[in-house]
Amino acid sequence: MNTLDMTQIASSGRAGLWGQIRNNHLALAGAGIVLLMFLFALLAPFTGKDPAAIDISQRLISPCLSYPLGTDDLGRDVFTRILYGARISLLVGFVSVGIATIIGVILGALAGFYGLWVDSIIMRFVDIMLCFPTFFLILAVIAFLEPSIWNIMIIIGLTGWMGVARLVRAEFLSLRERDFVYAAQALGAFDMRIIFRHILPNALSPVLVAATLGVAGAILTESALSFLGIGVQPPTPSWGNMLIVGKQTLGSAWWLSVFPGLAILLTVLGYNLLGEGIRDALDPRLNR
Amino acid sequence: MNMDTLLEVRNLRKAFSVTSGPLEGKKLRLQAVDGLSFTLAKGETLGVVGESGCGKSTAAKLLMRLFDADEGEALYQGVDLLKLSRRQLRPYRRKIQMVFQDPFSSLNPRMRVGNIIGEALIIHKLAPAGKIRSKVVDLLGTVGLSEEYYDRFPHEFSGGQRQRIGIARALAVQPELIIADEPVSALDVSIQAQIVNLLQDIQDEFGLTYIFISHDLSVIEHISDRVAVMYLGKIVETASSGDLYGRPHHPYTEALLNALPVPRPGATKNRRILTGEVPSPLAPPSGCHFHPRCPYVRDICRTESPLLEEKAAGHLAACHFSREVGRHRASLAKESRKT
Repeated sequence: MNTLDMTQIASSGRAGLWGQIRNNHLALAGAGIVLLMFLFALLAPFTGKDPAAIDISQRLISPCLSYPLGTDDLGRDVFTRILYGARISLLVGFVSVGIATIIGVILGALAGFYGLWVDSIIMRFVDIMLCFPTFFLILAVIAFLEPSIWNIMIIIGLTGWMGVARLVRAEFLSLRERDFVYAAQALGAFDMRIIFRHILPNALSPVLVAATLGVAGAILTESALSFLGIGVQPPTPSWGNMLIVGKQTLGSAWWLSVFPGLAILLTVLGYNLLGEGIRDALDPRLNR
Repeated sequence: MNMDTLLEVRNLRKAFSVTSGPLEGKKLRLQAVDGLSFTLAKGETLGVVGESGCGKSTAAKLLMRLFDADEGEALYQGVDLLKLSRRQLRPYRRKIQMVFQDPFSSLNPRMRVGNIIGEALIIHKLAPAGKIRSKVVDLLGTVGLSEEYYDRFPHEFSGGQRQRIGIARALAVQPELIIADEPVSALDVSIQAQIVNLLQDIQDEFGLTYIFISHDLSVIEHISDRVAVMYLGKIVETASSGDLYGRPHHPYTEALLNALPVPRPGATKNRRILTGEVPSPLAPPSGCHFHPRCPYVRDICRTESPLLEEKAAGHLAACHFSREVGRHRASLAKESRKT
């Protein structure tokens, strides 16, 4: 009976991630939005327009058939620029979360596995990093570096790993006392093998959730930085720097701020819904 | 030292420090293993019994160097395992292996069965990459599983099958000594017998020595040559299986034996059943740790801790009044033989 239950739970946990998300309408909507953004980013060149092509004769045209989302103050097609902006947002989101996840996983794994002074040093460092107001830290650092998209991604990554480190540490603390880890130690496996082959694969579920939610945060941060003019630099289109123009013309050309704003809103919403859906699906206590 | 001695453990101790509560922060010492000593001859099976929490599993993990002991020696063919560096310990990792209690947590849920068993071969470089699969299939055969299980994940198996996989993993490095920590306690009774028989078969086949830990006296009696009874981190009695079950010299052993179900109507009438709880190892009783529950208790038991002494040939017990113990049981046995 007991055995049967365990096997059923285990097998549903394995095949069930997608199955559970499919039954969760909000998560499904999130996944749909995320997918749509990928599609946008991929299909950007197919609008047949250059996102940087200036045509003063066509400036500030409201949405119409040839310009579905209108044009901006330099006559560039807003729709095309939003599609190219999706590339920037996804790039920033994934690269910076990638950096944060790698740092967080490594430091969290070391802290959780070795404990004692290694743990103390790493976790106090996490505490220190968490004391900085991240956004102002980024502003300060960007003031010294040139505001390129790569610098932005690295900075967002370097200031976003602490949550992942804490999650991974907590997972390691509980997993390193499991019998299969003892078994590997009893066999004489080296620490690196135990960490990467035995513990880490079992610790990744919460990291997946954190990373998905982290993408939303990173996209939001990048938009804010670009809006302040220290993020992605014109003429490269990003949803954040498109809003600068929108702000100046808010009274006369509403489409310049509404559509990039909607793009940001929807994308962030999509990642958050998807992330929470994955969290619910992975949480055995919520299994219905 | 006797030539046949494989392992000699002397005065093994381990305490954990426990915080009393989240806010009080008072540190307490939990003496999990409190001066454990025994010898193990090559090819024999030592059964270790005791209630849960008496330090059996901790002792096993100390011997495997999964925890560090506070004190004591564990001489394996004369070499003290507890003083070896990790590098020096590596060859001994091949000689001593462990089978775990919970077959649901002892196998990595993200690894395939073939990799779980094959990893032992890789770690100790016991087979070239091309030969690993055939060796693992051999091992699966040894524990009664077929090749088709090679690419499956642990969650696809029943408890008994998982325990077989755990045994195959331990066997992969061709060990001399296997410490089995409650290997059948988590299994259904019908499966328990299969696993115990499997362990006995591979012992005969490979000439293994066992330390077999359990709280189940019937299983211990079935498999052990010698039995050690543990109470609160100490061995209170050790003897050959026949001697110990025939005439216990420690009241705790006697009480455990009396708790065994006897397939005879009315047999419960004259049995002395243990009352009271196991005392907290955080604050063990003075003198003999067993005195609050002991039917033979006298004043000396409350102040003086008895030593583990030879009471009969090869029969050691730690009790001031061991001569009185067991007579009751012996007379019961006589009675049952009459009827």
